Amino acid sequence: MHRLSLRAGGLARWDGNAALDIDALAGCLASPACLVTQTTSGLIIGMLLFLVAVGLTLIFGVLKVVNFSHGAFYMFGAYFAMTAYQFSDSFALAMFCGAAGTAILGLIFERVFMSRVYGADVLMQLLVCYAFVLIFDDVVRMVWGPEFKSMGMPAAFQVPPLFIAGGVVPPYYLLLIGVALAAALVLGLGLARTRIGKVIRAAAHNPGMVSALGINTGLLYGGVFALGGMLAGLAGALAAPVRSLTPGMGFSVLIESFIVTVIGGMGSILGALIGALLIGLIRSFGSLGFPLFTEGLMYLFMVIVLVSRPTGLFGKEVA
Amino acid sequence: MTELQAGRASETLGAPSIETRSFRSRYRDILIALVAFAVLAALPFFFGSKALLDFVIRCSAFGLFATSLNLLVGYTGMISFGHGMFFGLGAYGFGLLMQRTAVPIPVAFVATLAITAVFAAIIGAICVRLKEIYFAFVTLAFQMLIHSTILTWASLTGGDQGLRGGIPRPVFFGIDLANHVHLYITSCALLVLGLLLMRQIAQSPFGYTLRVIRDNARRASFIGIDVWRAKLTIFVLAALFASTGGMVMALFVSGAYPEFAYWTISGEGIFINMLGGVTTFLGPMVGTVLLLILNDTVTRYTEYHGIVLGAVILFFAIGLRKGLMDYVLEWYTQRRDGPGERG
Repeated sequence: MHRLSLRAGGLARWDGNAALDIDALAGCLASPACLVTQTTSGLIIGMLLFLVAVGLTLIFGVLKVVNFSHGAFYMFGAYFAMTAYQFSDSFALAMFCGAAGTAILGLIFERVFMSRVYGADVLMQLLVCYAFVLIFDDVVRMVWGPEFKSMGMPAAFQVPPLFIAGGVVPPYYLLLIGVALAAALVLGLGLARTRIGKVIRAAAHNPGMVSALGINTGLLYGGVFALGGMLAGLAGALAAPVRSLTPGMGFSVLIESFIVTVIGGMGSILGALIGALLIGLIRSFGSLGFPLFTEGLMYLFMVIVLVSRPTGLFGKEVA
Repeated sequence: MTELQAGRASETLGAPSIETRSFRSRYRDILIALVAFAVLAALPFFFGSKALLDFVIRCSAFGLFATSLNLLVGYTGMISFGHGMFFGLGAYGFGLLMQRTAVPIPVAFVATLAITAVFAAIIGAICVRLKEIYFAFVTLAFQMLIHSTILTWASLTGGDQGLRGGIPRPVFFGIDLANHVHLYITSCALLVLGLLLMRQIAQSPFGYTLRVIRDNARRASFIGIDVWRAKLTIFVLAALFASTGGMVMALFVSGAYPEFAYWTISGEGIFINMLGGVTTFLGPMVGTVLLLILNDTVTRYTEYHGIVLGAVILFFAIGLRKGLMDYVLEWYTQRRDGPGERG
């Protein structure tokens, strides 16, 4: 019970530093170079968060279940990508394995376990997910070992960074932002325009009627869960070259992406995008001005949004 | 339940009968508590094993925590996934007060409760308005906030090393908590007293108000109950007992560690409630004993105890769909009432 839990990175300590460093923040805001660097780092945090959060919000919107084990899919995506990259040396294959592997995992997880607790109360759903948070973390520890791993930057991206207005921007960051934006666009258009998108939206609204019209809702639910898992896995795979991998790395991402969905409004894709970008920027600029209170800033922002708009910025109805 | 049945039910539960029943049951509860305390206190005279006493102390800490969580989960229907923050707050608050100031233990105890109450009131005021899943996650977010504050504010809390150097335990009223048996008896006393107080809360009219809110919050507010205020009250009260559990833990390990405030403590609390069952008052206590035994056995055989624990949770959540005490209670009432009738 008192095992030292391995925590995901990002909780660095700043001993002796002031909790408030307005000068650093003001200095950065005045310099275009620093502004560009901080904004890109905020954007990649935000984009990764968006991919995880949009899966969470999609699963919640359609299945009415909060996937508490969603962070595990992010973690698996990263580990799958790392292993695939080590075997094949191909970055594209690594991304594909990260996304496809977690999609299959999501499908199995939904069909075998989650589908059994749809009728049950929230406590049961949380417990099943909690069980899998424990199990998945230990599975990763078993297969890949408990120590920190790193995938390393693929050779294709080991090129000199770009300089925009004097700020340093690694090319990989641009790819990451591009892929995430493309995913957002495909998802948004797919849900709005395609037949499958319409069916998914209809199922979110009235699953009984959709089922009565001859659509296999079980398969649909499995598919939506797989899609959500795949997006989280893709985020993990994209993050693998720039973050360190450790069992339990998914949990802090889960908390942050939940904050994102709460801010943006549960079930809203646009909300998830805006919320994720806001949190990313708060994190990157907050770490300058409030080094001790970066996480706190995030929670504070969430509290302010919740108190003023309980359904989030883009939430239409009470979920 | 139809309106007709509801009307009949309220007739049979007339005011005087509830009064006499609660009056009698209160004495019965106090009697049970005294007997339980006497048995626990007599234990060291028959079994000298230090491991057994340690086990009971840990049961006291987690039992207080889990039972207080049940006041929220089982009685009010508020699934808090951040209740562990008050456990951590108790441990750190008490440890820091004892290390940094020279106050006697009872003063530090009361002061820690006061600090916890302030935190719980602020956090509760923000959280209790939210619907179930939002409530679960926002409490969890606050737990993570407190945990990350403990990690980053290293000059005060010792960061990820925790509060080191031991917690001084000066003698008060002739009680020397550095003495193992004294610590044991004090933990048992706190546990029994805490359980008795929580039982009183659960059986009081306020406790029944909470059940009404759990079953139908809208109807509760319609008949004039201030739902927000009742929820906030129980949130703060439950935090106080969780904090007491944390203090027992801090005294036991003579320190405080960030793990005490980590979300897994809350997860374990929920799991304990599930394991023991939320429909009986002592369910969480049974769950605590079961989980601690399970934990101790599993960690002895494998380092991957998450997998085993996860499998057990799945068995209860998907297989049994209820806690052990719920199961026993159902089985008992079925046997008593004969087959075919459900209690």
